[in-house]
Amino acid sequence: MSGHFTGTARLLHWLMAVLILTMLFIGVGMVSTVSTRYQLLVGIHRPLGIAILVLALIRLGWRLGHPPPPLPADLPTVQQALAKLSHYLLYLLMLVLPLVGWGMLSAQDYPVQLWPGVHLPPILPASPMLYATLRSAHTVLAYLFFATILAHVAAALMHGLVRRDGVFSSMAP
Amino acid sequence: MSHHLPHGPQDGPGPVRGPAVVVRLAAIGAVVLIAAGGFAYTGGWLSPGRLSPDRVVDALEANNGQHPGFRRNHAKGICIAGTFKGNGAGSALSKASVFAGADVPVIGRLALAAGRPDVPDASSPVWSMALRFLPAAGDEWRTGMNNIPVFPVRDAEEFAGFLVAMRPEPATGKPDPAAVQAFLAAHPATAAALQTIKAAPPAASFATATYNGLNAFRFVNAEGEAAAVRWSMVPEQAGTEQPALSGPNYLFDELIGAVRQGPLHWQLVVTVAGPADVTADPTVAWPADRQRVAVGTLTIDTVEGEDTGSCRDVTFDPLVLPAGIEPADDPFPAARSAAYAEGLRRRDGEVKQPSAVQVSAVRAGEGG
Repeated sequence: MSGHFTGTARLLHWLMAVLILTMLFIGVGMVSTVSTRYQLLVGIHRPLGIAILVLALIRLGWRLGHPPPPLPADLPTVQQALAKLSHYLLYLLMLVLPLVGWGMLSAQDYPVQLWPGVHLPPILPASPMLYATLRSAHTVLAYLFFATILAHVAAALMHGLVRRDGVFSSMAP
Repeated sequence: MSHHLPHGPQDGPGPVRGPAVVVRLAAIGAVVLIAAGGFAYTGGWLSPGRLSPDRVVDALEANNGQHPGFRRNHAKGICIAGTFKGNGAGSALSKASVFAGADVPVIGRLALAAGRPDVPDASSPVWSMALRFLPAAGDEWRTGMNNIPVFPVRDAEEFAGFLVAMRPEPATGKPDPAAVQAFLAAHPATAAALQTIKAAPPAASFATATYNGLNAFRFVNAEGEAAAVRWSMVPEQAGTEQPALSGPNYLFDELIGAVRQGPLHWQLVVTVAGPADVTADPTVAWPADRQRVAVGTLTIDTVEGEDTGSCRDVTFDPLVLPAGIEPADDPFPAARSAAYAEGLRRRDGEVKQPSAVQVSAVRAGEGG
């Protein structure tokens, strides 16, 4: 039994790491500008969000069928619990953020365009108050996602550079 | 304590000890700080000078006051609905399905280009027509047009500066003439555009006005050929007589009466830019001899107040474009799209107040 994640899990992890970080920077950047970069960034944001949703579903399915290697037995219980909790949170956010984005466009009666001529159907009825709520949730959840990723990166580097306990290399590319 | 654990080859060399721990912890901290700093920079928190959608909408609110639930600009309006039927000529310019000739449902809005929802109609000489074309294929097109020939500013930065210059003074309720003069002196393009706007013949009523989509876009046809264009809705009903000043809503009242009599029609006319025409500057009109192609007829047969109509809770976002219509180098569609989204976020979270224009659905030919 190897102490590594499967090759598929590692591929999905690093591919999604790049896509999700790109997505978070595009998102926070596009709402801060009225320049022509806005249309370019929005044009990437929507299809990229749907791509992340699809990949997250594939990844969740893979994860359920392929349990990860155990954490080191000497890792304190609190850290074990935090590690578990933060991974639940990361999975939840990579599924929920695209759905909230899709839902908020639906609630504002806005076409969910992937690229010119290709649209997804609405998943919620048009409703102004629902839109306002989802729009705010989209921002708050994105900040939470970025903060969780920072904590995840810091913890991974702690394992890789300080504890050197094999946790980092279990997911290394 | 970990040295007693059985280490497999993948378990690593074990914990770092001594001063190296401090160095490595500092490196980890630096990675996190740099990432957080990059995020903050991208989000504009480190660039107070960056013009954000927030600041544009703040500037509108500063000029117009707080009117919760209403659009931050073009606040007083009425919902319209009907159909658009292409005549086929548009297909040579754009492959968009709206031009193919089927009856395309349209919903939209006619409004005063003022930021307060409670102004009398007589106070606003500029009006807008905003439309959503909803073809069966789902390839929606949204556009906003105004009854002026050119736009007063060239980009969003100038628009924000123009709003500051035009900010009403608390004492007089009017802009400071010195601030306006200073802005015009520093922005000759705006001064020239305002002259062009002033020189244009005023429209008499909503029904007889020409509405110009002041921004340039690219039409792309089925062969992949692209052309820079602007478009206008040109009325079929003529009339230069001002409706009677019957009250604060006289323009809307006249429109409602006109639709009661029968449907209203506009021709959608597409103007194709010449090779040297500037497409990134909406203060500049293109020469009058440019190719103008009538591509279809808009029929408006329903008007309804915003409280019950279907136009209040959407933005007429100019980046909602079908395949066959694309943004050009005109900076406004992106700026409008970003600012409209922020305005919608604010007003959709607010309790709605009744519109100044109260009318339940009126369909063409119903009574009169």
